[in-house]
Amino acid sequence: MPSFDDVLNAFILLSNFVLLPALTYGAQLALGALAVTLVYSILRFANFSQANNMAFGTAMTILLTGFFQSQGWTISGFPTALLVVPLAIVITTICLLLTERWVYRYYRINNAKSITVVMVSIGVMFIMGGLVQLIMGPEQQIFADGARFIWTAREFKAFSGLSEGLALKTSQLTTILLALLAVGLVFYFLQKTKIGKAMRAFSDNEDLALLSGINPDKVVRTTWLLVAILTTIAGVLFGLDKGFSPFQYHLLLLPIFASVIVGGIGSPLGAIVGAFVISFSEMLLTYAYKKFFIYLLPTALEPDSLLQLIGTEYKYAVSFVILIIVLLVKPTGIFKGKVL
Amino acid sequence: MTYLTGKNLFATYGTVPILRGCSVGVNRGELAVIVGPNGAGKSTVMKVLLGLLPISEGEVLLDGKDISTLSTQQRIGLGLAFVPQNNNIFPTMSVAENLEMGAFLRHDDCQATLDEVYTLFPILFEKRQQLAGQLSGGQRQQVAFGRAMMTQPTVLLLDEPTAGVSPIVIDEIFANILALKEANKAVLMVEQNTQQALSIADKGFVLVAGKNAHTGTGKALLNDDEVRRDFLGG
Amino acid sequence: MNNLSHIWQSHRQTISILVMVFLLAFVGVNQSWVLALSIFNLCLISAIMALGVNIQWGYAGLFNIGIMGFAALGGLSVVLISAPSVPMAVSAGGMKILFALCLLLLSIVLSVYLSKHKYNKGWVVLSLVAGYFSMRYFYVDAAQAIEAVNPSKTGYLGGLGLPVPLAWLAGGLLAAGAAWLIGKITLGLRSDYLAIASFGIAEIVLYIIKNEDWIARGVKNVTGLPRPVPLEIDLQQSPWFEEMVVWFNQSSLSLLTEVEKTKALGILLREYSVVFVKLCYSGLFLAILVALIVMANLAFDSPWGRKVRAIRDNETAASAMGKNVKRQHLQIFIIGSAIVGIAGALLVTYTGQFTPNSYQSLRFTFLIWVMVIVGGSGNNFGSVIGAFFIWFFWVESTPMGLWLAETVQNFAGADNGVSAFLQERAHFLRYIFMGLIMLLVLRFAPGGILPEKDKKL
Ligand SMILES: Nc1ncnc2c1ncn2[C@@H]1O[C@H](COP(=O)(O)OP(=O)(O)OP(=O)(O)O)[C@@H](O)[C@H]1O
Ligand SMILES: [Mg+2]
Repeated sequence: MPSFDDVLNAFILLSNFVLLPALTYGAQLALGALAVTLVYSILRFANFSQANNMAFGTAMTILLTGFFQSQGWTISGFPTALLVVPLAIVITTICLLLTERWVYRYYRINNAKSITVVMVSIGVMFIMGGLVQLIMGPEQQIFADGARFIWTAREFKAFSGLSEGLALKTSQLTTILLALLAVGLVFYFLQKTKIGKAMRAFSDNEDLALLSGINPDKVVRTTWLLVAILTTIAGVLFGLDKGFSPFQYHLLLLPIFASVIVGGIGSPLGAIVGAFVISFSEMLLTYAYKKFFIYLLPTALEPDSLLQLIGTEYKYAVSFVILIIVLLVKPTGIFKGKVL
Repeated sequence: MTYLTGKNLFATYGTVPILRGCSVGVNRGELAVIVGPNGAGKSTVMKVLLGLLPISEGEVLLDGKDISTLSTQQRIGLGLAFVPQNNNIFPTMSVAENLEMGAFLRHDDCQATLDEVYTLFPILFEKRQQLAGQLSGGQRQQVAFGRAMMTQPTVLLLDEPTAGVSPIVIDEIFANILALKEANKAVLMVEQNTQQALSIADKGFVLVAGKNAHTGTGKALLNDDEVRRDFLGG
Repeated sequence: MNNLSHIWQSHRQTISILVMVFLLAFVGVNQSWVLALSIFNLCLISAIMALGVNIQWGYAGLFNIGIMGFAALGGLSVVLISAPSVPMAVSAGGMKILFALCLLLLSIVLSVYLSKHKYNKGWVVLSLVAGYFSMRYFYVDAAQAIEAVNPSKTGYLGGLGLPVPLAWLAGGLLAAGAAWLIGKITLGLRSDYLAIASFGIAEIVLYIIKNEDWIARGVKNVTGLPRPVPLEIDLQQSPWFEEMVVWFNQSSLSLLTEVEKTKALGILLREYSVVFVKLCYSGLFLAILVALIVMANLAFDSPWGRKVRAIRDNETAASAMGKNVKRQHLQIFIIGSAIVGIAGALLVTYTGQFTPNSYQSLRFTFLIWVMVIVGGSGNNFGSVIGAFFIWFFWVESTPMGLWLAETVQNFAGADNGVSAFLQERAHFLRYIFMGLIMLLVLRFAPGGILPEKDKKL
């Protein structure tokens, strides 16, 4: 029988290496997935350039962060990136509205097949990716400043007297708080404001929305604005947490799509739930449980292998496998999205 | 010249001609009914009047002004309202939100109109928080009708407003349509209840294969032998 | 002006071919013939890939964005089939790893059987989980044992050492297998699910190839793969080849002294052997491309093709007439992917090496799509033309970018930050450039260079 302290230690260990990171990563995915779902249900195409749009928003934030730092416009202890995010959102909004005006609008007005627009969005994806790499270069960049930890593992150990520590990074706390705020605002907007309701109406029944006098252009513009906000925040939070490199953002596309489909394509709540399903599965399946079980099992039964279900290299493969399973078992996703 | 007029309308889906020179019209304070066999193009006439489908020839006039180049949204702004035959609600929004969407272009207080709708269809008040997609077919039809009333239109276009509705509610809807007509609105309606509809209509248009087969007052059409034989089954 | 556009309209095909020949000749004269030939060969391979994609898109409207994965599978099969085997590695863990994979396969088959026969979901899951763990039990040790065998040179199982053309066929089969899996799951659902799933499988295939070193050495690459054409060295030493070179250069060689002659002949032999080998490849690839196009067109005119067209032109009507749309689409998806796989195998054979890191979605998936769209989606020969043009500009865009950087430098004076920046990042401009081409063609000339003739709107 493990002692109470051992159980506590095992739990703290798991929290530190799996639960907290999964929560953070899930929140970042959720914002991206929500953006994909909004585009999907209102503009009616799967936006393949989402991940690269996130990279773009982050790139703008990094440039602005550098500028602010060089001007000395910083608050000590506070990530400068968060200070400049509103500006980056403005730039990203402009950029997305330009793609809408120059690219997507034509297909929307001409009632193009959804798959054609998907193809177009892949063109946009490569242009955005090229633009970002042209500006930022391909290397990894760290742009988080201010305090790295709210509390470190050592501080936690000293405080609790346990042998395992639970560190809380600034990036983790900001991610969770900011994601909650952003998601809350988006839901409030969709449920309570007039234009938000118009967006839902438009997504539900486009013809009837037109018949109610809803201005489609305004709905579309508002959608891109929301998407820009979500996209930039998601990108910046991911970058603060893991550093910025264009390729890593590109890799996010698969988990984001998986989140959307797992949750039910077109359902905002589904996107969020899906994101956490993906992030927790990724983390839980790739974690090596050896130490965890050493705490819980009697010495005689202690495991000698790593007890890792899947190598960390296959982190992104997890989302694909979950995606396939959902398509096989319940193609509508958890929250009954649109299948056909 | 009537208040809302569609004159010599031609329209196609892709390359298939559907409307081939039909004309309809309705004045304020008047109820006009379009009848005809399935696939005659009745719904298509409605779409054309609202700008949901472009016309290749002919014109759509409102109060003497050509509106055939205006967008749907602009026509709604001019006082047209439409209850489509199918997909006429927002399924994932609540009944109250559906009605609210009807009042989207209004900036005044629409509580009075809302109360009117609720008194007319008490079931909607009861179910106002429920998702419209979860209602029965007849209840949806009431939501759709209520949504159109919320715009406070001057011209109301109804595509089979009574389809799937129980006889009592049909009577209510017809009574309400007559009330709207009394309130000096123009009402243009497609109906399958040909007999009942023509008997309360001021005007009737019998559409066959995209053309007017017969036109006249409701009474005249009801008494026309040919119309009786071909469309009223007896 | 009107006249010119009329000529273009009626002779699109001829004109595009002429322009292409001219461009290649231009490169041959101004840069080198070896370069022109290697551009030509890669054009041919790209054309085969584009053909596969075009069959999927043009015949069935299937949007495959996992081209990279299918090409990589084709390439992998060249390693698996034609590379020499590594007996030590095979004895170290070959059987064991095969056994492990069989266990996994068995459990998958079992669970499919269970779920087909409406057994409790718990049994299905249990069968899969048990299969996975028993697979891992044998797999990890076996993989380690294989990878430990002379890791700097082999460290993998090696191939079967079979003739190269078999590897191409296997490449097609392997890609077809992956396509079957993806298609089976996603066809019949929303059309963008196929896109997302094919995108996903491509990434996963590459993760596996890069990380499981025992298969094909992972990122350490497999080089020196066997070739279906003679080696340059052998050619240089064969008398018939020397005679041929001498015969070609009689006039110039006869002017030289004996000493100079041997030296010059040496240089000529080297040059000619490279060109000869490239020409062999050209012939081979051209033959395969032509054969595939002929087969595709024949199939399209057959009763099967008529059914395909009926479904493409009106899916709802066709399915109402009892035509099985899903099965048809699955067939087409498999055929197209197999062709992509064959092209991927040809590419690896051509370069003689399998380098997982060279598989990038820009180079494979995206570029091929630009080829299909520019060439004329739905038109088989169009995608060949598209492949030629796009590959040509893809290759030549680096010199063009450098030229641009140089011009900026000359214009702005030396030591200018902008040109250094451009030189360093020039190749990212390609993404933007290709994206723009794609968007512009889609928008303003959706038919491409050779629009499909009998496409109904
Ligand atoms: N979206 C569409 N695309 C192509 N054809 C259409 C479309 N909608 C209707 N049609 C065709 O146009 C013709 C007229 O249709 P319409 O809906 O106007 O008939 P209707 O008179 O309203 O019939 P009903 O009494 O059944 O409602 C029909 O033959 C129909 O097949
Ligand atoms: Mg109708």
